[in-house]
Order: sequence, then C-alpha cells, then structure tokens
Amino acid sequence: MIPSDTAQGLAHRPWAVFFVCPDRRGSEGSIGRGRPALRIALVIDDADRDRPNGVKIMSALLRSLEPLVTTLRAEGCTVVGPRERDGAIVLDAIDSAAQLPSGWGVQTGPGVYRLRRRADRAVFGHSAGPQAWKRFLHPPRERLWSADRGVDGTLTITGPDEEPPRYAFLGVRACDLRAIAIQDRVLGASPSYAARRRAAFLVAVNCTEPSATCFCVSAGAGPDVEAVETRPDRAPADWALADLALTELAEPGDAEPLYVATALSPAGGRILARLPQTPAPPDVVAAARAAVGAATDHMGRSLPDVDLREMLAASLDSPHWADVAARCLTCANCTMVCPTCFCTSVTDTTDLSGDHAERWQTWASCFEVDFSYLHGGSVRTSARSRYRQWLTHKLGTWRDQFGESGCVGCGRCIAWCPAGIDITAEVRALTSQGAER
Amino acid sequence: MNVDRLPATRVRLLDPYGQAMIPVPYRVVHRHEETADTVTVRLEPVGDGLDAWAPGQFTMVYAFGVGEIPISISGGSGPVIQHTVRAVGAVSRAICDAPVGSILGLRGPFGRGWPDRPPEGDVIVLAGGIGLAPLRPVILAGLREPGRLSVLIGARTPADLIFTAEYDQWRAAGARVLVTVDRADATWTGHVGVVTTLLSQVPVAPSGTTRPAPTGYICGPEIMMRLGADALVAAGVPPHRIWVSLERTMHCGIALCGHCQLGPILVCRDGPVVDAGNAARLLQHREL
Ligand SMILES: Cc1cc2nc3c(=O)[nH]c(=O)nc-3n(C[C@H](O)[C@H](O)[C@H](O)COP(=O)(O)OP(=O)(O)OC[C@H]3O[C@@H](n4cnc5c(N)ncnc54)[C@H](O)[C@@H]3O)c2cc1C
Ligand code: SF4
Ligand code: SF4
Repeated sequence: MIPSDTAQGLAHRPWAVFFVCPDRRGSEGSIGRGRPALRIALVIDDADRDRPNGVKIMSALLRSLEPLVTTLRAEGCTVVGPRERDGAIVLDAIDSAAQLPSGWGVQTGPGVYRLRRRADRAVFGHSAGPQAWKRFLHPPRERLWSADRGVDGTLTITGPDEEPPRYAFLGVRACDLRAIAIQDRVLGASPSYAARRRAAFLVAVNCTEPSATCFCVSAGAGPDVEAVETRPDRAPADWALADLALTELAEPGDAEPLYVATALSPAGGRILARLPQTPAPPDVVAAARAAVGAATDHMGRSLPDVDLREMLAASLDSPHWADVAARCLTCANCTMVCPTCFCTSVTDTTDLSGDHAERWQTWASCFEVDFSYLHGGSVRTSARSRYRQWLTHKLGTWRDQFGESGCVGCGRCIAWCPAGIDITAEVRALTSQGAER
Repeated sequence: MNVDRLPATRVRLLDPYGQAMIPVPYRVVHRHEETADTVTVRLEPVGDGLDAWAPGQFTMVYAFGVGEIPISISGGSGPVIQHTVRAVGAVSRAICDAPVGSILGLRGPFGRGWPDRPPEGDVIVLAGGIGLAPLRPVILAGLREPGRLSVLIGARTPADLIFTAEYDQWRAAGARVLVTVDRADATWTGHVGVVTTLLSQVPVAPSGTTRPAPTGYICGPEIMMRLGADALVAAGVPPHRIWVSLERTMHCGIALCGHCQLGPILVCRDGPVVDAGNAARLLQHREL
C-alpha cells in the first residue's frame, strides 16, 4: 500500500508521510537517498483518511476538559491552548485545563482589544487573539538546513532531521480552522510544514459569541466548525482538519461549563472514547446547535456581497489607495496577526570559521520596503502600493493564485491595527467607488 | 491537499527529502568571462543532479554562506548546467568569482519556460543585455530549422555584448543575427540604436497574409520588453505569440515565500515566461 522506494510514489500519497499523533501512529521508517535521512512515519491504516465523510458522528457531554488535556499529554502531544497573559489571550503550551482563561471575554473594535470579565466561567468565550496557530505550524523563525564545507571544498547540506513537534491544539475556532486549510494549500509542499501539520491533533471549538470585529460568516469561514470542515471546495483527499469539535455551554453560577463534544475523525473518536462522559441529551445538543446558529446572526461586520476578485482587479488605480496610505503606518501588524499571511524571507549565514553555513527562514511582510527589492531598488516603495498589495492579495488575487480567498474574517487585522484601519470598511469604500465609476 | 488539482511542479515538491528546499552540490567545471561584469559557468553535479530542464527555466544558485539567487539556464547538456551571471550584488558577484573546481548549490529547475516554437512561421528573438542568457537555449533549438530564426541583440556598449564568439556560428547555421549597441566605441562599425530599431531589417509577414504567423521571444530590462512587444505587434506578430520573461525577487523559487507576486501571478510558478498581453496588463499598473 505504501510505495517504499520512490519519492514520486510518496508524492502522490502526501498523506502517507507524516508524524502522527494519537492512535494514528503506524510503523516508523527511515528513508535516505544519498541525502540526510528524514525520519518518517508511515500510516498503515489508509482508511483513516476518509474523513469526515466516513466517520460516524458521535456526540458526548463532557463536564471537564482536564481528562482531555491529560489524555493528549499522555499521547505525547504538546497541548497548546489559549491563556491569559499581559492583557491578552495568547496561545501557549498548557499542562492543565486550569490554565485556560476561565471567565475572560474580550471587547474589540478598530484598533481596540481589551479583556473583560465574563459573568460565566467560559474558557473559550473570547474571539481571536493576537496570535494564530500559524506560529506553531509555520513558525516565525525556522532553520531550513545547515551546510558544512570540507577541507577539499566539498559541501554537505543537512536538512532538518529533528522530529517535528507533536502538537494538540485546544480551541481552534472555525475561522482559524479555515485558515489552517488555506495555509495547507499554500505551504503543503514544504516538507517541514507538512510534517508539523500532519502530526497535529486539532480540537476545534464552535463560536457562540463573535466579537465586533468578526465577519467569518461573509468570509465563508464560520462560526460552525462542521460547516468549515465540509465546505464544498474541500476535496476528500484534502488534509483532514479537526479531530474533535467542542461547543461550550456556560451559565453564570456554574462552577465549570459543559462541553458537547463531537468526533470528526477516527483519531478524534478514539480519544473521545477514552474520556469520562455521558451521552449528550438531545435538548443539550439542540441548545448547543442553537447557540452556534445564533452566533451566525451576531457578526459584528461583513464583506460587501460582490465578486471581490473582479472588483479589486478593476480598482488597482483607484484614488482610494492614497486615502488608506495617508492613514497606514506600514507597521506590518496586520500581516503578523493574520492567520493566513504566509510570506517569508531567507537569510544565509556563516559562522566564524567560514565553513559552517545555515539558512534561516523568517516571517516577512509585504509592508516591508525590502520585500520587493530587486537589484537597483524596490518595486513597491509607496505605502499606497504596499497596502494595495496586501488587501488585493487577501481578497482578490489569492483566488487567482490558490483558488480561494485568503481572508477568513477573524478580525485580527482590524483589532491590532494601530491606525484602526478596517479591511471591511476599506473594501466597502472601494466597492462603492467602483460602482460610481 | 488534493494533488490532482495542483500544477505538476507542486506535486514534485511534496518530495519528503526536501530536495526542492535543499541545494544540490554542483562543481564549477568551466568558467568564461563574457564581459567585465558577466561570467558564464558550466556546472557538473557532484552526486545526483537535478531533473531535466527546459529552455527558459531557472535554478536557485547558492554561493556558500553568501546567499541564493534565481538564475536562468543559459545552456548545458546531459547533467551539465550552464549559467551566465552578471555581477550586480553580493551573491551574483560571488557566483561570478567562483573558481573552477569550487562548489555551488543548485535547486530547480523551476518555473515555466519558453513555449515551444510553433511548427511553422518565423521566429524572432529580441534580447537586451543579460536577457540573451535565458534565450540562448531557444536560439540553439531554433537553429535546427535554418531560415526561420532571427536573433536581434542589443547591449549598452560593444563591451557589454555576451556570447559574441557564437554569433558567427549561429549565422553559419542559417540564423539572421543582428547586433546593436546604445553607445558605440572607437572599434564599433555596426548598428547603433535600441534593439527594436533592428526590426526594420527583419521581414515579418504581416498578419492577414498567407504566410504562417511569426512568434516572438523577448528578454531584457522591463522597459525594453514592453517596447519590444509593442514593436513586434506593430510589425505584425500576434500578441498571443509573443513571450517575455519577467523578473521579481525570489527567496524560494517554489511558490512558498510570496516575494515574486505580480498581481494574480507568482512569477516563479506561473512564469517567469508569460505572454506579452498578460505582461502588459500587469505592468501597466505602477508598483504592482
Ligand atoms: C527568473 C529569473 C531569472 C534570472 N536570470 C538571470 C540570469 O540568467 N543572469 C543574471 O545575471 N541574472 C538573472 N536574474 C537576476 C538575478 O537573480 C539578480 O541579478 C540577483 O538576484 C542579484 O542578486 P545579488 O545578491 O547579486 O544582488 P543584490 O541586488 O544585492 O540582491 C538581490 C537580491 O538579494 C536580496 N537582497 C539584497 N539586498 C536586500 C535587502 N536590503 N533587503 C532584502 N533583500 C535583499 C533580495 O532577494 C534581492 O532580490 C534572474 C532573475 C530571475 C527572477
Ligand atoms: S485579513 Fe484580517 S480578518 Fe482576514 S484573515 Fe487576515 S487578519 Fe483575519
Ligand atoms: S493596515 Fe494597520 S496594521 Fe496593517 S500595516 Fe497599515 S497601519 Fe499597520
């Protein structure tokens, strides 16, 4: 079933090459071909991939997240979840569910992000924070390889040979789940991204309380996890997204929220089966569904209902770009917080001996002047052209390049812009200007 | 990841060895100084080499510890790859300075190259400066059918012309080779003027005649490619049969880094060769 010899064979079965988390581990092999060996794990259970379609949906009621955290840690995963730190909800490793931000909510707006106390003890009652899961799957700084030059001038180049970290992400919202699918399409060809991504176990969480900057509904990316998971443009062979989906039900006065848990993958099903649980009563399941449905109607923002790709392609020389440029500080915050922005630069370095070299990849931003540097000067020097690049890429040319939109409506770029620039307002202004022309 | 829907190059990149990311060592086996700042190097793989390349494709060339840049393949056969590099900065300088016997790293071949010439019709190659390098494989292929090929070469000064030793060989093989410089020196007896002025010496069948339509291949500075495409259209070459090779910054060469975006296209993946109509539509917007 697994072609063991040729890279070509493996290339046609990308799902066969990854480190796997809970219960998805198969035989581990080591393959080399005159190059440094990269250790890979081969999945023997091919049927595992056929999800979510082939998976029996099973819902259960959980009274605590502690057993989930314990089980995932026992499986060897680094559990990453939301935590309250320095006035924001950040994503970091946790070793207990007690570290989740219980009872914290957020208030957001253009250039505004503030924590607030909630009346209940919900741990997922806050919308997208300043960080996205990309910082784990597509780290801000990564060594691509190192090279050594021998006395005879020969060059030995060694790729990353350490095992990728095995993450379990706890609390991936629908918008961020969609963002992971978008980055899969862009970065899936990178072996190190693919290894981290395929090893990750994803616990998604349905959103029941969007904030003022959210517009996942009009971006086609939420708030319902299962709707994202089964988008029509997700082909069966696409990488699986969430393994488990949770809906948090928190009432003021309750010591701990309740969770309706649904397995979306065989691995998720096996983990869920090991947790203390009761069957979810139909009325609780219905209440959970209703809460997610209500969130759909409470989006703080929306995108204009036009073909944005066409509208933006026709607006490249609009005077509105100069208007935004007068406000934009080209600080690149929006690209750093955006869960889909993927651009990187590489830097080649040598040590003092001059015989050991490394290549490091770091996040880059289209707002940097150097980003478009060609010998002789940069292509995009004006703020106008750099903001235009960012916005037209997100909502327009991403479709040309990758067949889908590059925005999931998480609202991070709006909340974390020091100038309070709102992507939905800018695209609305461009749309109405276009209509006037 | 639905591999079936992705372009072929992406499928290859799912290679778990990371070959697309990791430079493959090549030894400099020959080095020729074309001009004061341009060197042609012939490279032979130390172990396994890269896959077969097509005219117009490029590789990412790594100079140890200095950096890596995209360079078009200017020739080579079998496992040997030839690059012609103009020293304009740190990395290109290091490649130009690499002595015979030293090791460079290559990744690739990447990108969409020049479409094959159609079975019939005149072929016009328009090259400015170092832009002749990616066109050299097109010229060599075109020589197999004498009489169809015109090569128009422009450079700033006579001292900036590259591949000069080959022009007479190309002529002997049946190509029309015309050369011009922007500024003559004392020794220059040839044509002076921008490369498009040579077009008047090339009989192009105007569209509407019974002769099959000609095809144009252009590479040089962006402004030269724009004017060159306009001139070819004016001379009767259909716009969809004119091809240009674009240049943008590239850090990966495999559509991962985002640097080479030009509106809807990623130059490393969807180019560097694109048709002149598309290029004109994109390049009309300043700072795109
Ligand atoms: C498809 C393609 C084919 C090409 N073919 C050829 C060819 O056959 N022959 C040839 O001579 N040239 C070719 N070029 C051009 C060649 O790649 C450039 O001349 C080369 O990148 C110059 O690199 P450099 O380091 O020597 O010069 P520099 O001008 O110093 O640097 C150029 C590159 O280095 C990086 N860089 C340098 N400074 C900075 C900075 N301050 N901030 C961020 N990044 C920086 C950038 O990536 C930049 O693109 C080609 C280009 C492309 C895209
Ligand atoms: S562009 Fe803004 S709203 Fe859209 S995904 Fe990026 S950060 Fe979120
Ligand atoms: S839009 Fe806002 S966050 Fe983005 S670069 Fe401009 S000022 Fe910074």
